[in-house]
Amino acid sequence: MEPLTQHTGIVATLDRANVDTDAIIPKQFLKSIKRTGYGPQAFFDWRYRPDGTPDDGFELNHPRFDGRSILVTRNNFGCGSSREHAVWALAQDGYRAIIAPWKMLKGERVPGFADIFRTNAVKNGLLTIELSEAEVDAIFKLVGAHQGLEATADLPSQKVTFHAREPHVFEFEIDAGIKDKLLHGLDDIAQTLTFAAEIDRFEADHETWRGQPAD
Amino acid sequence: MGKTLFDKIWSAHTVRQLPDGATLLYIDRHLVHEVTSPQAFEGMRMAGRQVRRPELAFATMDHNVPTTKDRLNIEDPISRAQVEALQANCEAFGIRLYGLGDRRQGIVHVIGPELGLTLPGLTIVCGDSHTSTHGAFGALAFGIGTSEVEHVLATQTLRQQKPGTYRIDFNGRLAPHVSAKDMVLKMIGLIGTAGGTGHVLEYGGDAVRTLSMEGRMSICNMSIEAGARAGMIAPDETTFDYITRTERPYAPRGAELEQALAFWQTLPSDADAVFDRTLTIDAARIAPQVTWGTNPGMVIDIDQHVPGPDTAEGYSRTDVENALAYMGLTPGVRMTDVDVDVVFIGSCTNSRIEDLRLAAAVLDGRKKADHVQLLVVPGSHAVREQAEAEGLDHIFKAAGAEWRYAGCSMCLGMNPDQLRPRQRCASTSNRNFEGRQGKGGRTHLVSPEMAAAAAVAGRFVDVRTWSPN
Repeated sequence: MEPLTQHTGIVATLDRANVDTDAIIPKQFLKSIKRTGYGPQAFFDWRYRPDGTPDDGFELNHPRFDGRSILVTRNNFGCGSSREHAVWALAQDGYRAIIAPWKMLKGERVPGFADIFRTNAVKNGLLTIELSEAEVDAIFKLVGAHQGLEATADLPSQKVTFHAREPHVFEFEIDAGIKDKLLHGLDDIAQTLTFAAEIDRFEADHETWRGQPAD
Repeated sequence: MGKTLFDKIWSAHTVRQLPDGATLLYIDRHLVHEVTSPQAFEGMRMAGRQVRRPELAFATMDHNVPTTKDRLNIEDPISRAQVEALQANCEAFGIRLYGLGDRRQGIVHVIGPELGLTLPGLTIVCGDSHTSTHGAFGALAFGIGTSEVEHVLATQTLRQQKPGTYRIDFNGRLAPHVSAKDMVLKMIGLIGTAGGTGHVLEYGGDAVRTLSMEGRMSICNMSIEAGARAGMIAPDETTFDYITRTERPYAPRGAELEQALAFWQTLPSDADAVFDRTLTIDAARIAPQVTWGTNPGMVIDIDQHVPGPDTAEGYSRTDVENALAYMGLTPGVRMTDVDVDVVFIGSCTNSRIEDLRLAAAVLDGRKKADHVQLLVVPGSHAVREQAEAEGLDHIFKAAGAEWRYAGCSMCLGMNPDQLRPRQRCASTSNRNFEGRQGKGGRTHLVSPEMAAAAAVAGRFVDVRTWSPN
């Protein structure tokens, strides 16, 4: 995995909450046994008309977002199916960072990203940034007012800066372990295998209750 | 302070704390299917790694397989390649495969319990979000991505952040014609599709304790639809009876079973255990549920009217307008005035023998409406054989249903079973996302009884008051 410290790119907005992984990468593309080739299939059903031409009505197809690499969207992005193909599709379609808001619902804080999607994103070096609803509303307005607006997501300082006429800076929180993993592009399996002896010791007294079938 | 069921399993599987604050968690069962595993096996091959404990991994084919009689000859070359890749990977890495044509083949979350792989107190993972199903046995079971599948294959562990705990009690007794599916849809409607994110749900209360294992699996199955990776129910006599009553090849037997039973009885949450969040739902007041929108939280009682942009709580105006436009519904319409084109009875939520019995009871001696296509897809080959032994297949066929072979089928339409654009479906599955059952298809999630009744009436009906013929 490539290390990620800072990324600057054009910002695009997708004004929908609860974008599920079925929408990010529809089922027909899950038959592939490869890890690549998913970029053009991201948001397929929204992105293309039945004849295969781009649908002008889909926000992300707007020419003002040409060359975008940062996506700003609404709450609960990536919900539903565990398919990692959703993250592969976004990364291969050029996205390096996604921003979504946490929100308060009936007195509880609801995260901006679904759990499995967030884990899959980290494994592929895709940065997920959570901000408040008010901050994300402000970003939607900024992007609407500035053609080709760029932003810089800086992981070490945990800041994302929107380069409008006046720079707008938002600080974000991130789990220390996730930050470390992204900064160093660590391979989880290689890291875990350094504890192989401890896994051996654990297994020696651990009961898995697996019976032996008669046949 | 007492410990929760979740806490007990988590600490019993903690190999060590990791420097980054995560926990290295040992995995007891790894279930594998054709769609989310090929890239993981490829990664293993490229790194020259072996599967650490192949005897704890079990594979089947379910997502993209046809469910028709000629299912063994997969026409789609890409689907066929994926099924063949799983076969080759299982052979190369020494993993037991219940492939197409095997008497034990079926949806991964249906065959795990049938085979006795799913047991209380275990950690169970699979590259599929509905792995939460297995929590019905008092296991910690959750869905993972393909990178994590590879991690489990290589290390038999996962690096996990400890989630919060969320207790949901269903107190009182369910009304007639209301089922486990209605309980879980009601819960998702209350807390929303992100209400459980970052948490493991534990379900309790009288209405849960009196459910069969099939009903408990339907509830835990849809925990992910509330954003929770896992849902759990404490094991009890109903659980032990399910495991021991019939031959389950991988369940413990004899002296080992005695030891297991003694251990399983220690698992339920202690009386003084504290949960991070709690919710109590009055089960007696739950009505049959039906979704009206494009996520499972957009759900109402069957006798309610379709909400509008100003009356759908928790959703923005745009979200509601998008959902209603996609679903072809207008605010204020009564759900019982909405016609259906297709009825799908199946999926890892509702394709077990009890679900088929409930559907058959409605369809017995009746016929589906002429304009409706009715698909009944058992969750496993074993369920199919059991249903045929009970004569349910005759009831389905006499009602005009297509009686299929086991697979995920129209739940996600990876195989040829798909909705056409604008077709409206009463479905016992778990997701009403845009395009889920086929591009442009309109899904309404309901219970098996509600689905069967909709097939006969040709529209949604309130099964509490409906009198056919």
